[in-house]
Parts: sequence; structure tokens; C-alpha cells
Amino acid sequence: MLYRENGQFKTTYRADQQIFPITQDRLFIGALLLVAFAAVPWLATDYFFNAILIPFLIFSLAAVGVNILVGYCGQISLGSGAFMAVGAYGAYNFMVRVPGMPLLVALILGGLCATLFGILFGLPSLRVKGLYLAVTTLAAQFFSDWMFLRISWLTNDSASGSVSVSNLQVFGLPLDSSLGKYFFCLSLLVVIALLAKNLVRGAIGREWMAIRDMDVAAAVIGIRPVYAKLSAFAVSSFIIGVAGALWAFVYLGTWEPAAFSVDQSFRLLFMVIIGGMGSIMGSFFGAGFIVILPIALSLSLPVLARLLGVSISTAGISHAELMVFGGLIVWFLIVEPHGLARLWSIGKQKLRLWPFPH
Amino acid sequence: MKLRIQLIAGALALAAAAVSAPSAMAQAKEQFFPLLSYRTGPYAPNGTPWANGKQDYLKMINARDGGINGVKLTYEECETGYATDRGVECYERLKSHPGVALFDPQSTGITFALTEKAPVDKIPLITLGYGLSISQDGMAFKWNFPLQGSYWTGADIIIQAIAKREGGFDKLKGKKIALVYHDSPFGKEPIPLLQERARMNGFELQLLPVTAPGVEQKATWLQVRQSRPDYVMLWGWGVMNSTALKEAQATGYPRDKMYGVWWAGAEPDVKDVGEGAKGYHALALNTSGQQPKVMQDILKYVYAKGQGTGPKDDVGSVLYTRGVIIQMLSNEAVRTAQARFGKGKVMSGEQVRWGLENLNLTQAKLDALGFNGVMRPISTSCADHMGSTAARIETWDGKKWNITSDYIEADEQIIKPMVKAGAAKYLADKKMTPRTPADCQSEG
Repeated sequence: MLYRENGQFKTTYRADQQIFPITQDRLFIGALLLVAFAAVPWLATDYFFNAILIPFLIFSLAAVGVNILVGYCGQISLGSGAFMAVGAYGAYNFMVRVPGMPLLVALILGGLCATLFGILFGLPSLRVKGLYLAVTTLAAQFFSDWMFLRISWLTNDSASGSVSVSNLQVFGLPLDSSLGKYFFCLSLLVVIALLAKNLVRGAIGREWMAIRDMDVAAAVIGIRPVYAKLSAFAVSSFIIGVAGALWAFVYLGTWEPAAFSVDQSFRLLFMVIIGGMGSIMGSFFGAGFIVILPIALSLSLPVLARLLGVSISTAGISHAELMVFGGLIVWFLIVEPHGLARLWSIGKQKLRLWPFPH
Repeated sequence: MKLRIQLIAGALALAAAAVSAPSAMAQAKEQFFPLLSYRTGPYAPNGTPWANGKQDYLKMINARDGGINGVKLTYEECETGYATDRGVECYERLKSHPGVALFDPQSTGITFALTEKAPVDKIPLITLGYGLSISQDGMAFKWNFPLQGSYWTGADIIIQAIAKREGGFDKLKGKKIALVYHDSPFGKEPIPLLQERARMNGFELQLLPVTAPGVEQKATWLQVRQSRPDYVMLWGWGVMNSTALKEAQATGYPRDKMYGVWWAGAEPDVKDVGEGAKGYHALALNTSGQQPKVMQDILKYVYAKGQGTGPKDDVGSVLYTRGVIIQMLSNEAVRTAQARFGKGKVMSGEQVRWGLENLNLTQAKLDALGFNGVMRPISTSCADHMGSTAARIETWDGKKWNITSDYIEADEQIIKPMVKAGAAKYLADKKMTPRTPADCQSEG
């Protein structure tokens, strides 16, 4: 009843082509943004900002990037951690070497470095597909691990190989409070997610999806695979690179190559698979699942154990956390192999008939 | 109507008071120690005894003394898995707990990330034997305390030990010393000092990185086999150490030519190799064993009551003892701060920082605390956040670690200028100014 589109007629192309054609969706998204921008800053504590919300936002951004490549264009990549690293170190080098470099420009330039890197390591995708491509993108990961450990110029000749940034500013405002960092990440995420959503709805997104569904057929109808695949690599690695720079600059502050290890690549891929391939919304669900769930489990398990009258050691908690987390992944993927985004749309479908299902 | 509102308001106020009162009371008398630890992941065998030692010492002090001057000690562990991002999350989670004293990040990577955050939150970091070497300079790093030694002092002591064995620094000329290191900030930290030493003493330094976590070392040891360095310095942690010793055995590299840092000199590193590691040397910041009084007290007040954190046999092992030492130094910092700011009160992060800066643990005090023979006396100041730069060499005889040298002091004449220069560069990069002498007097 609540979610009925009866009577919502679209009389113009404009109305038909908007991102959320159903009023309820628009209201929901509007309310969500209002909560994110206006209510959360009032309610959240410092811990919530620094440890949960900011990582969630940054990983959502990265997951959007990975989803474009893996979900929309069907190019499985295990090099996402490398793209993050290139974005982070690229932005860092621009910050350190160019005096007076504004943060936003450095982030974009870092993203562009990641774009070039992504295109370079996207070249094998013209020849190999699927799992074979996943393995070749692993090369990007290992190459970046090697590069940032060995080429000391890239880390500004830091003796220990770890680099840091400080005194971050956006438009003259210092970016030191957790609230400021939250707003900064949130605004970037909203802008980039909107751009990405429009990109995948447009001609270029349709090309990516055509390549994903069947590249031979796509080529036959006149889509250039070279252009489509490399543009997917470029756009995706730009977004991942910006997310990497945010992760390094805003969340960690000081980082080393291990912050962007192959684990990070896997995490990003899991986010997309669990959240839902080929869905911008799914990227947020996936990031939420991977970032927030382990923390939520590690916070709630001791309380739960205490309620049951048993005490549980730290090691026990972290093992239990891994087991529950792994179990949930398996369960989710069996129940809904298309990810959480699909569950979301099933929910919406059900709501259309509610409360009188037939 | 009005009466009802008043009643409801009164009930609410009562409920609020009932909820807040016990917690306010609890806040008043509890000093909280956030314990970052890793009991899972590739470094767990080494992280676990370390974490157990800290926890058991806290339990023992509560059971034996009822806390510090009546202030009860509480703690909460947070699992980092040695990952920097999880460590930052733990820090954020625990930093606003009432009565928080200080953080021991238990990882060089996490220390680097927290070094930026601690001054903002005004919580001191103690990084005993690890962390940022230049943070020894208290005038630049107000909140970092690399007590007992840094990687630079450790590297210097190993070179001195090798020189002594060779019969003088002039004998090092033309020798080849290889550094087999964990390819992370932890492993790279000693390199600048070793390069300086190589220039001064004329030995050739060979750098052999090992990718984390360090189970794959075949290529590294192939290089060792090819170039046959006169000595190998092992800068490893966790599974990397035992793997390196096994590889050395397989390569036929003499184990008594290998010198490990103090993070490569505990039982988990050599136990699996057993006889194969016989003769291997490592730096020792502390002794091991259950004889010291503090260990006896832990056994008596904690383990005898069945409240021990780990297995009883682990009590007194090298890393366990180090955990105990770290917690003892933290407690003594609180005690020192209480002596100035009020006995029996909960100290703030700033006050604990002052305590850390004014530690003076003489031999007599250490004996009284039950640490006779375990460690060197330590005394810190505003400018010197390390307090002691000495370590001994220990040698594995196939079954246990034996201390085989006297205390060796790191050469201040080499380290001091490097620390000064490094700290000055750090401050310049961050556009900060060093502390003024007046700042040393303040409690903030």
C-alpha cells in the first residue's frame, strides 16, 4: 500500500528518465540524505564518525568504483587495492612536491594517476577474460606493493617507507575535526555516486553492460570492446584512486604500503559480490556489510556472552567474529546469490502488494 | 495534569540519577588501560604472550595492592590483528573511555598512524623497544615514549657486539653485514643508522628485504648463499623469525653469525627450530624465567586463583616478561603522576604524560617492585623519552635463552645527532615548532 506506483504517470521523457522514477523512492533518498547531512552529525559520537562512518563512506566510494568494473563491465579485478594505493601515493606526492596544492586538486590528480595505472593494467583485458583476467590484475597488486616499497622517491625518501600528511584544508577550512572529515567524505561520495549512477544509465554504461553480457555480440552490434573495456578501467580506477587517497589522508593519516595489500583487493571484491554486482546501491550495502559487521560483531559478542553468563576471551571473540562473518557470507550468497541489492529490490517488490499479496 | 507532568519529570530525574550515579562513582576511582593486542593472524604466537603479560600484571596489582594508591585498574582488550586500520578503529573505540591512561599500540605501523592522533586527543603512547626512532626526542614528540630503546639503539648495539667479537671497530673494515628485514616500517627503521655505521666503520651493508609476513624467504637466502656475508642481522617478527632460522639451517649459514633484534629473540621464534637454532644470538631487553619476585607474585595472586590469562608455563617467557615490564612502566607513570597531582586520584592523559616524562626507576625501586635483575634502571626526562639505551645479548642453546653479555650502551654520539636531525625534519615537514623549556614544567 505504501509503495504503490499506481497513478504515477509519466507524461514527459524527462520524467521517464529520472534516476528514481517512483515518488516513494525519491522521498526515501531525500530523507536518507537529510539524515546523513543533518541528523547524523547531531547524533553520532566521535567514535562513530572516526571508526565506523568515515571508513564506511570511503569504502562505499571504492566499492562503487569496483562495481563499475566488475559489476557493470564484467571485468573481474583483484587489483583494486593497487588502484587505491596509486591514488593515495599519487595524491601524496602532489601534496608534498607542489607547494600550496589544494587538497581537492591533489585528490583528483591522485585519481588521475590511478586512472593511468588502471588503463595500463587494463590492457590485458583486451585479450583475456574472467578468471584469467583476475589473475593478470593481481599483477597490478604485486607491482604496486613492490613499487611503493622499493622506489623511495615515491615515498619522499622516507626512511621507514611510511608517509603521512597533515594540516589538511578544504577551501581554507581545516579538516581536523571528525565532523569535517565526515562531511568531506560524504559530499565526495554523494557527488561521485551520482555521477557514476548517471554514467551507468547512459550510453557508455550500456556499452559496458553489453560487453559484460556477451562481448562478441556487443562487438557485432558496433560497440568497440577496446574503448568500452578501457573506459571502464579508467572510470573505475579513478573512483577507486580517490577512495584510496581518502583512506590514506582522512582515515589513516600515516600509512605504509601494507595498508593497500592484496587483502584490501579481496575485501573490495567481496563488497561488490555481497552487495550486488551491477548495482550502485549494492556497493553501499556491500561496504556496510564488510566494514560495519565485523566491528558490530566484535562489540556485541562480549555483551551477548555476558548475557548468557559466559566470559569470552579476546582471541575467542575475534575467532568467533571470523566464523560468524564467514558463515553469514555463505548464507547470504546461498539465499541470494545476486547480493544484498537484490534482496532490497525483492523487498520493494513485496511492498508493492503489501498488505494483500496474491 | 500539571501534577502528572511533575511526577513524570521527577521519575525521569530519579531514573537518570540512578543510571548515572554508579557510573559516575566508578569513573572517580578507576584508571583505564586500553590494551591493543593481536591474538590472531600471522603474528599471534608473539602477540599473545605479550598481551597476556600486560593483563596478568594488571590483575596482580589489583589483587595484591588494590590498585595504585587505592585507584583500581581496569582494562579492555581490542584485537587489531596487527592491521593498521583495525588498530585505528580500536584506538577510536577506547580513547574516550573514562580514566584512560595511555596506549601501547603493540605495532610499529599502528604507532605511526597514532602518532598524529595522540597529540590531538592528549593521550600518551608508549612504544617500548619499537615505533618511531626519532621520537626519542621529547622536545619534538611530546606524546611518544619509546622507553628502553628504539630500533636505532638496537641496531647500534648489534654492531658493537659484532665489533667486540671481531676485536675492535677497525676489524669491521671490509666485512660484509647483511640485514634480513621484514619489509615494512618495522624492518626499515634501522637502515639509516646502519648506513651511518657502515660509513663510519667501513663495513659493507647488504639489505635483504623479506615480504610480510615472512614465510617466503627462499630468494633472500639464495642471496645469502651467494654473497656469504660475515654476519646476518635478523629484523623479523612472528613467523618470519623461525622461518629465517630454518632457511639458515637449510642454507648452511652458521647460526652463531646471526644476530636478531629483541623482537626476534623470544621462545616462539626458536622453539620450532630447536637444536637447529643453537648458537643464534639476539638482543635482550629483559631476562626470562619465573624466578623474579614479580612473576612469583603473578603466579600467587593470579594463577593460583585460576584467573590467569594464558597457560601457566608461559609466565616469565621473554615476551610475557616484556608485557609485564610495559605494564609496570605504565603503572609507575601513573604512580609518579599521582605523587605530583594527588594521591588516590585518577590521572588524566596529560598527567600520565608528565609521569612518563619524570620516571626514575632506580635499581632499588626495581628491586622493590620485584624486577631484580630483569631489566636496567630507567630514568626519563623532558628531552629524553627513552630513559635507557642499553641491551644485552642472549644466545639460544637449543633449549633456552641464556644472557651472554654485559649491558651494551648504544653510542649516543652517533644516535643523538641523527635523532636531532630527524626530529627537526619531521617538525619542519609538519610546520610545527619544538617545545619550549617552559613547556617541560607544565603538566599539560
